[in-house]
Amino acid sequence: MSVFDPARAHPAPGATCARSAREHGHALPILHEIRHALERLLASGEETRIDLQSMPFGPGDLERLTAVLGQGEVQARVEALGPTLIQETAIPGVWLVDYRSLEDQRLSYQIEIATLPEILRPRPEDLAESLAALDARLSESGLDAAAPNASPSSS
Amino acid sequence: MSGSMEFLLWTKGPLFNIALAIFAIGLMARLVEIFMLGRAPNYAEPRAHEWPAGLRTMLTRTVADPGTFQRAPFNVVVGWVWHLGFLTALLFFVPHVELIQGVLGFAWPALPNPVVDFATAITLLALIATLVHRLTHPVKRHISTIEDYLVWAVVFMVVLTGYLAYHRLVEPYPLALGMHILCAEILLIILPFTKLTHIFTTFIARWYNGAAFGRKGVQS
Amino acid sequence: MRKRPDKTLGESLRDHGLSRRGFLKLCATTASLMALPPSLAPAIAAALEQARRPSVIWLSFQECTGCTESLTRSHAPTLEDLIFDFISLDYHHTLQAASGEAAEAARFQAMEENKGQYLVIVDGSIPGPDANPGFSTVAGHSNYDILMETVEHAAAVIAVGTCAAFGGLPQARPNPTGAMSVMDLVRDKPVINVPGCPPIPMVITGVVAHYLVFGRLPELDAYHRPLAFYGQSIHDRCYRRPFYDKGLFAERFDDEGARQGWCLYRLGCKGPTTYNACATMKWNDGTSWPIEAGHPCLGCSEPKFWDAGGFYEPVSVPLTLGPTTLLGAGAAGGVIGGGLAAMARKQVKQDAATRQPVTVDELEQKL
Repeated sequence: MSVFDPARAHPAPGATCARSAREHGHALPILHEIRHALERLLASGEETRIDLQSMPFGPGDLERLTAVLGQGEVQARVEALGPTLIQETAIPGVWLVDYRSLEDQRLSYQIEIATLPEILRPRPEDLAESLAALDARLSESGLDAAAPNASPSSS
Repeated sequence: MSGSMEFLLWTKGPLFNIALAIFAIGLMARLVEIFMLGRAPNYAEPRAHEWPAGLRTMLTRTVADPGTFQRAPFNVVVGWVWHLGFLTALLFFVPHVELIQGVLGFAWPALPNPVVDFATAITLLALIATLVHRLTHPVKRHISTIEDYLVWAVVFMVVLTGYLAYHRLVEPYPLALGMHILCAEILLIILPFTKLTHIFTTFIARWYNGAAFGRKGVQS
Repeated sequence: MRKRPDKTLGESLRDHGLSRRGFLKLCATTASLMALPPSLAPAIAAALEQARRPSVIWLSFQECTGCTESLTRSHAPTLEDLIFDFISLDYHHTLQAASGEAAEAARFQAMEENKGQYLVIVDGSIPGPDANPGFSTVAGHSNYDILMETVEHAAAVIAVGTCAAFGGLPQARPNPTGAMSVMDLVRDKPVINVPGCPPIPMVITGVVAHYLVFGRLPELDAYHRPLAFYGQSIHDRCYRRPFYDKGLFAERFDDEGARQGWCLYRLGCKGPTTYNACATMKWNDGTSWPIEAGHPCLGCSEPKFWDAGGFYEPVSVPLTLGPTTLLGAGAAGGVIGGGLAAMARKQVKQDAATRQPVTVDELEQKL
């Protein structure tokens, strides 16, 4: 099963109702917004986040939006304060980011228009500590003690 | 504590009752008085029936004759436009139909909102045009009284506040709706005591004239 | 249950082993929770780092516990997060473990230790100072006394639910208990109203989160409601709004219009006059909300919603007037008109009877 499963992620109440198939017209403006955001990303590298939970969607609107965006190649899962599910859409640079709680309830559902979603990148502070972290793990493993010549040449 | 919601509930509740009571009492008093006063009995033998002539005049005086149109095309066209627009908004806007249903116990189908919206916008423009015309036309200006301007202002405010409320151009909405209801109530209150009574007396008067002429066998 | 609010939230979260990605996620979801644009997440991160957990005292007066029920269904942050990480909930009838004397002692201790700093959350209306205090008491003290005593050194008061915010159900006519809102009674402290019957759980926690994150009150409307949640009417955010604009209405609950999901205006929807976040935040973990379920909005987050006309009467229908009143007024008018006409006739007859003809010569003599 994919990490991102729209059917599970959206237990839309009207999904089983035959009438819910009608168009409420709220997906289109968001798609236009995504289009403008993509133009900005291509022109200046400016990233955009759209909070889908602040949209007055009618039954089926969200499904219609995600159906148009489609599914891309990348799926990712971040485990920090509960899972975060990331799905690339069929449009490169447009990501669906589903923040979920420890109890697997949706906290926020956002579209990110960026080369890579923010939460997938290492935090700069973490990156700064990465060398120290590796050294610590290396010394912890005992591998460097077993091979005396393995010490860094720069020292 | 005062707020827009209290204002709206006041206009929808006590003030509406007062306004409609004044309107109903005032209007009925005026109409009954008019009917009961009647005219002096005419003992001459009628030359023709009253009813066909009366009804015909109700129609002929509603449609301006060519002479009148040539003399005052602005009055005829703009007058027609804003009267029709006003009636469309008054009688066929969904909330108004619901109001009529609530007050009278019966109502009729409404028109789609965009149609009413268009009629309202046209009415607003036409009303502004009438005021400009009244102020710039020397004769009209000379014969205009304070009552004319008062009636224009009240009618214009009713339409304007309704338009603002529908398009939600005033925040918060209960304030916008309350203002509209308040203006409509002022209109109801002054209606029986100003020239606005013509809403109810115009056709009566036209019939009366036509009937009187018809009885004498004269074309009106 | 008690924790001193001595650490900043950033420190406290790191102590709990929260990673920087976790913190980023917290900020992104907090922005969403506070109905702020995602672009504000960095500002929230900076603020959260320095935030201190406020002590919160929750007072329940003339209420039905529906607001607490709503709060316990908040999923972002969960009630556990809220109680343990974000705030120090030092007094709450329903949720606290202590009871009796110990409970009241906890309240006094929190007030003493956090003088001028603590938040007071109130749900339920209060019998006013002139009303019989016996209508609602806690531990033998009147609601009014407890409120005034607790609020005296509070930083701010959050009135949760329509009863606390506007008087709500207890204040509905004829208001037998003399119920008043917090805003009516507390004049010298900032009061935030979070109305709704009940309010959306996320809105309750969102307002608390806003205070926690930014250390000040959110922007409020004329009714002291946070604009982030109450800034737009239900009608303006309703997904059925296009049907209103097209003039497509459900006329009955079982007609074709209702099945097609058309506008519920004619069935009494108070969406046009109601300001709340239901249309976007929705209920039950974002599942649905009343209008999506096919029921008109009752307008529960507005003052006097209980007395504001029938729930199934359209907004434009007057509150008390009906055909009989109008007929009565018309009949009265008829009688008055008849009287006036009769008087006028009498006058004419009288004038005719006492008529004294005057000739031109006589008139000229007078001049």
